[in-house]
Amino acid sequence: MTSPKTLSEKVWDAHVVSRQAGEPDLLFIDLHLVHEVTSPQAFDGLRLAGRPVRHPELTLATEDHNVPTQNTNLEIADPVSRKQIQTLRNNCADYGITLHPMNTPGQGIVHIIGPEQGYTMPGMTIVCGDSHTSTHGAFGALAFGIGTSEVEHVLATQTLPQSAAKTLAITVNGELPPGSTAKDIILAILGRIGTSGGIGHIAEYRGSAIRALSMEGRMTVCNMSIEAGAKAGLIAPDQTTFDYLKGRDHAPKGAAWDEAVAYWKTLATDEDAAFDKEVVLDAADIFPHVSWGTNPGQVSPITGQVPDPSQISDPAERNAAERALDYMGLTAGTPLKEVAVDTVFIGSCTNGRIEDLRAVAAVAQGRRVSPGLRTLVVPGSWAVKGQAEAEGIDQILIGAGFDWRDPGCSMCLAMNPDKLAVGERCASTSNRNFEGRQGRGGRTHLVSPAVAAATAIAGHFATPEDLAPVAPLKSQEG
Amino acid sequence: MDPVRIVSGTAVPLDRSDVDTDQIIPSDWLKQVERTGFEKGLFSEWRDDRDFVLNQEQYLGANILLAGPNFGTGSSREHAVWAIQQYGFQAVVCPRFGDIFRNNSTKNGLVPVVVSPDVGEQLMRAVEADPTLEITIDVERRTLEAPAIGLTTNFPLEASVQHRFLEGLDDIGITLRQADEITTYETTRPRWFPTTANT
Ligand code: SF4
Repeated sequence: MTSPKTLSEKVWDAHVVSRQAGEPDLLFIDLHLVHEVTSPQAFDGLRLAGRPVRHPELTLATEDHNVPTQNTNLEIADPVSRKQIQTLRNNCADYGITLHPMNTPGQGIVHIIGPEQGYTMPGMTIVCGDSHTSTHGAFGALAFGIGTSEVEHVLATQTLPQSAAKTLAITVNGELPPGSTAKDIILAILGRIGTSGGIGHIAEYRGSAIRALSMEGRMTVCNMSIEAGAKAGLIAPDQTTFDYLKGRDHAPKGAAWDEAVAYWKTLATDEDAAFDKEVVLDAADIFPHVSWGTNPGQVSPITGQVPDPSQISDPAERNAAERALDYMGLTAGTPLKEVAVDTVFIGSCTNGRIEDLRAVAAVAQGRRVSPGLRTLVVPGSWAVKGQAEAEGIDQILIGAGFDWRDPGCSMCLAMNPDKLAVGERCASTSNRNFEGRQGRGGRTHLVSPAVAAATAIAGHFATPEDLAPVAPLKSQEG
Repeated sequence: MDPVRIVSGTAVPLDRSDVDTDQIIPSDWLKQVERTGFEKGLFSEWRDDRDFVLNQEQYLGANILLAGPNFGTGSSREHAVWAIQQYGFQAVVCPRFGDIFRNNSTKNGLVPVVVSPDVGEQLMRAVEADPTLEITIDVERRTLEAPAIGLTTNFPLEASVQHRFLEGLDDIGITLRQADEITTYETTRPRWFPTTANT
C-alpha cells in the first residue's frame, strides 16, 4: 500500500524524472509560459551555449508586461519597451515557439490566456518567469514562478531540479457574507498569516468556501499565494474544474477527455494525508478587505480604521507599519471609508477575468464615476474583452464614465504608460501594494472588483451597499 | 558561474524588513534585454535620499549586504540578484529570504546566508557601531564569523547547492547528463496533455 499523499505531492511525484540522494528531484515541466520581461537573457544564454529549445511545442509566449492599453494597433512608443517586445518576437521565431503578439486574438496576460485557451489542466507542472504562476494552481496543477536562469534551464531541458517544499493546508469553511468575494478571502488569509506565512511551503486551499468558488474566483485566490511567500497554491479539481475545461481549445476531446477526467479525480488529497502546517478560517468572518500598507499582509476589513502602529507589539512589524503609513500618507485611526482616492485600476491576472468585469458592471449600471477621478478598466485578454463587449459590459462601463482599455498588465506594475504620479492614491484590483509598484511614489490599496467599482462611484473607499440606490428608470410613456 | 568558497569583507546594514524585489530593482529597469548594467538600478528609488544607507561613506566598498527578515519577497525578477551582484555584493545575510530570490541567488553565485533573528539583530547593531567590522562567510564550512564581536554561527545550505558554489557548476550541464532519463520519462506522459500543436 502506498502512503497517503496530498494533492501537490501526487502531482510532484508523477513528474519525477530522476531522484538521487542528496540532490533535488529533477521534475518534468509540462508547460512553460514565456513573456518578454524575464526571457531575453535566458535565450541569450541558450544561444551562447549553442543549445536548442528541447520542446518548443510545450512552450507558449505572450506579450503582456510592456504593452500599452491604448492605440495598440500602433507601434509601441517607448523605444526600450519596443526593443524588449521585438527581442521576444525574434527569439520565438528563431526557436519555433508559438507567440501571441500584441493586438492579436490570443494575446493577454500570461496567467489569463493559459487557462482560457485550455492549456492549464489538473495534474500538470507549469512554470513561468513570473511569480504569479501560482494562479494555475486553481486547476490542481503544480504551478510556480521561476527566475531567468531557470527559464533557460527549462528551455534547454524541459525539466527543473527542485528541492522538496513543505505542505500548508489553508481551510476556509462556511459561507461568505454578502458582498465578500474570492479577493477578500485571499486578503483575509494574508492578513492572518502575513507575507512570510507560506515561505518554503506549497499551499492547498480547502473547505466549503473554496469549493463554492467559480474557477475565476479560485484563480484569484491561488494567484496571491506568492503574496504569502508560498511556492505554489493548489485547489483539488472537481466538477467546477471539469465544466470550465470542457470544450476549450487545448483541452482533451472524445475518449481522451474521459481518460483525463478519470485521472484528475485521483488527484485529490488522500483523507489521511498530513500537512506540515494548517490554518483554518471561517468564511462568515470575512468581510470586504482593503490594504492600508505597503505589503499585502497589511490589510483590514473596509469597515475598520487605519491601524495605530503604537498598538503593534512586535517591533519589526511596528516599524514596518510606521514606515508604511508614512509612505501611504495615512493617519492612524482614520476610518478607511473616509479615505479618498484619485485613481481606480481594475484588471491584472488577479482580477482581470470576465467574472470580475461583470461584478464591476453590476455596480456601475445606472451610476456615474465620481467627478475628476481617473479610472482604468483593463481586461486580462482579448478573449475577456470580446466576451465583455458581447455582453454589453463595455457600454455600461463607458456610460458610467469608466475608461475601457485594451488588454495587458498595465497599472499592475506600470511598465507601460499606465502609471500613478507621486502621491496619487489608487484603489486597485491587482496583487501588490509595494512602494512604487504602480508608479514611483504612487499609493496602492488592494481591493476586490466590487469594492473598486463602488469606490470609483463614491470617490472614497466604499462597498456597493454604501452607494445610494440606483434611481428607477423613468417610464418612457406617460 | 565562478566558484565561490569564501566571502570576506565588510557589510552594509539595511535595517528594514520585507524588502521586496520591486524595491531592490524597480520595474522600469526590467526593460533591458542585456544581463549587465543593473547596478545603477539597485534600490534606485531609495538611493535618491542622501541619507540612505548605501549612500553613506562609511559603507562604501562593502561586499556583504545585511538585511531584515523577508528579504527578496515578491516578484521573481532575477534582475534583483544581478543588481545586487553587479553593485559589488557577494553575499546577503538575513533571517529569512523569499524563496524565488534565494533560488535565483544560488544560480548566480550570490551567497544567501540565513541567520537567526537574534544573530541578524546582533550583526545589524555591530555593523552600525563599527562599519569596518570584518565578516567572513565560508561556504565550505557553512559558517559566518565576525571575530571582533566573538560571533561564529552556522547557516543552512543544501549539499547540492553548496557543491555547485564550490565547483562553480552550471545546472543545465548537470541536467543534460541525464538526457536519457528525460527521454524515457517523455514516453510515459499522457498523450492528451496540451501542446501548442494540438487543438
Ligand atoms: S498582471 Fe501584474 S502580477 Fe500579473 S503577470 Fe502582469 S505584472 Fe505580473
